[in-house]
Amino acid sequence: MDKVWIIVRREFLNRVQKKSFLIATILLPLIFPSIIALLVYFSQEQKKNALPQVIHYVDEGDFIDPKPLSDDFDLRKFDGGIDDAKKAFSHSNDFGLLYIPPLKLSDPKGIQLFTKQSPSPSVLSKLESEIETQIRSAKLLVYDIPQHILDSLNSTSTKIESIKVSESGREESNNADVLFGIGMTGGILIYIFIFMYGSQIMQGVIEEKTSKVVEIIISTVRPFQLMMGKIIGLAAVGLLQFSIWIVLITVLSSVVLNYFGFEIPQKELTEQTVNAIPADQLNGPSIEIIRALAEINVVYVIGHFLFYFVGGYLLYGALFAAVGSAVDSPAEAQQFIFPITIPMLISYFALFLFILDDPYGPISVWLSIIPFTSPIAMMGRVGFGVPLWQSILSMVCLVIGFTFTTWIAARIYRIGILMHGSKVNYRVLAKWFMMKA
Amino acid sequence: MEALTTKGIYKHYSNHTALDDVSISIPEQSIYGLLGPNGAGKTTLIRIINQIITADQGEIFLGSETLGPKHIGTIGYLPEERGLYKKLKVGEQLVYFAQLRGLSKEEAFRQTGYWVDKLNIKEWWGKKVEDLSKGMAQKVQFISTVMHKPKLIILDEPFSGFDPVNANLIQNEILELRECGSTIIFSTHRMETVEQLCDHIALIHKGKKILEGSKKSVKQGFRNNTYSVIHRGQFTEKPKHALTVKTRQVGDELLDTTLQISEGSSNDLLAELIELTEVHRFEEQVPDMHEIFIQLVKEEPHG
Repeated sequence: MDKVWIIVRREFLNRVQKKSFLIATILLPLIFPSIIALLVYFSQEQKKNALPQVIHYVDEGDFIDPKPLSDDFDLRKFDGGIDDAKKAFSHSNDFGLLYIPPLKLSDPKGIQLFTKQSPSPSVLSKLESEIETQIRSAKLLVYDIPQHILDSLNSTSTKIESIKVSESGREESNNADVLFGIGMTGGILIYIFIFMYGSQIMQGVIEEKTSKVVEIIISTVRPFQLMMGKIIGLAAVGLLQFSIWIVLITVLSSVVLNYFGFEIPQKELTEQTVNAIPADQLNGPSIEIIRALAEINVVYVIGHFLFYFVGGYLLYGALFAAVGSAVDSPAEAQQFIFPITIPMLISYFALFLFILDDPYGPISVWLSIIPFTSPIAMMGRVGFGVPLWQSILSMVCLVIGFTFTTWIAARIYRIGILMHGSKVNYRVLAKWFMMKA
Repeated sequence: MEALTTKGIYKHYSNHTALDDVSISIPEQSIYGLLGPNGAGKTTLIRIINQIITADQGEIFLGSETLGPKHIGTIGYLPEERGLYKKLKVGEQLVYFAQLRGLSKEEAFRQTGYWVDKLNIKEWWGKKVEDLSKGMAQKVQFISTVMHKPKLIILDEPFSGFDPVNANLIQNEILELRECGSTIIFSTHRMETVEQLCDHIALIHKGKKILEGSKKSVKQGFRNNTYSVIHRGQFTEKPKHALTVKTRQVGDELLDTTLQISEGSSNDLLAELIELTEVHRFEEQVPDMHEIFIQLVKEEPHG
């Protein structure tokens, strides 16, 4: 057993001492937030500096108020028929021409927008809501409803605070967005980790095999020990890397939040005051998020994350090692990698399609129990709370799962690493698997 | 006392038999040549002795003990296909291999330090293997084979890749290791090295051991009453006691004739030859390993 430890140590040091590890570990948490920050910054700048889009309109029914509610548009009335307007528009550089026929308020139809470039869906829907608002105002006037009643109707807004009651009667407030975020982040992290480190295991095995160094190692340790040493060594590297990332991201984000901290609430404050929201609802959503974050059982979530993180990695890592042992080059490995990635992809897409949407649905439950999909699928559910029996069943299945894949992988690996130049297909793998020691 | 004995080793693969009832015994402190053409089964046997693969049948004894995992530290192995971690530094690599052979970290450092000194490669300690020449890497590999003072050293084609100077250096190290009590198994098909170094040999052909013994006794067994005579002037008539195999000119006036005795002793032949020509030298021709090898391997036609 201490030989496995020697191999684990060597594999760990090999990777950690590389410059590329240092660069990836330190730079990645800086690069991604910087890119996101830059994009957000530019898009906001663009919005701030963007001039309202000029839209000419021909209003045959004459009920459009040229002062729009949103400052995205600059509505200009065109005096004349639509045919003249089209002619004039074709010579201008303006954004669009809106044609509003005489409207029946009960059934407003036939509005057309002429543009030179296809408008984006968001522009179109903004314009639609603009006109809908105006039509609604017109209707209200027709129905003779006074303005103050109208204002009171318009400012109707409420928010449901979701509180989960456990059997012991403990109450936890939930915020679906926060739980969604936790599930998504956890799932993506596990997905990336398995792929990144799985392919590193595979490359390491291929390198040992093609450089023939494996013959010397195997004369001192059993193939299984070498395989496990590599898998465990890389797991340690991965855990170290993620710990560093989490620390760096936490520190960075708290620094950033402190820096911008004064701006955000003030802006919200002004906006909300303008919209005349009652004072007791001030900052409601953000308070709720903070409370939800505080009430999430951190130990429970992180414990699950670590278990599925390591379990999923062991399950797939062994398979990647087996593939590496069977082939002579990474290119040859493609045909075997593909079937391994299918359950990963299924659980990844299922995470976004069903699991986060309906964490207690039957598909979600089963995907979170089947060991090949559970590491990613369970991350989508863990924030919402998983019944104890499902948790235990899933974990037991995962342990059985990675024991099983490790057993299969080891049987292929012990033969594969000493085979060179043979053309390998699934039948050959099966034969190696069946070979007695 | 035997350093290593194998008894009735069989190894079958799905479409051929790699080893078929191979029993060899390797005397202690000998240099034992394991010979055979390509694909004869030498590497399979070596892998079995190294516990890389297991035999289907048969027993292996190291001294008086059955070979097992605890013997890993007493065996040194230089595979034919050399392999080192390219990205790893020489020192780290040697210490790693020494630890895998069971040395403690301190001992691993001490032994590898001793050997890099001895083979004059101390300045490569911090270099990556990918930056070394082929010969340098071979030296590193050799050190990794012997640094843990193995009692049994298995060398598969140890001199390939070495220039003559370094080959000589390694050869002296091998002899020195033998003096210190190690037994050396030598797998090669270079007969000149066998001629120079080996005390004992075994010849494996198509998975079967077809010859084993001390080099001397093997050669004795292949004597075929052939003598070489250096003489001045043609024979005046054909010798009665022997058949002339071939004659060739050596120097300006001398001839070298190979004769195979057909009746009587070498003395009878010599006496007759003195009558026929002026004899300068008369010597028995003992077959060299090269000839024995070719003769044995050719006997069975390839199928």
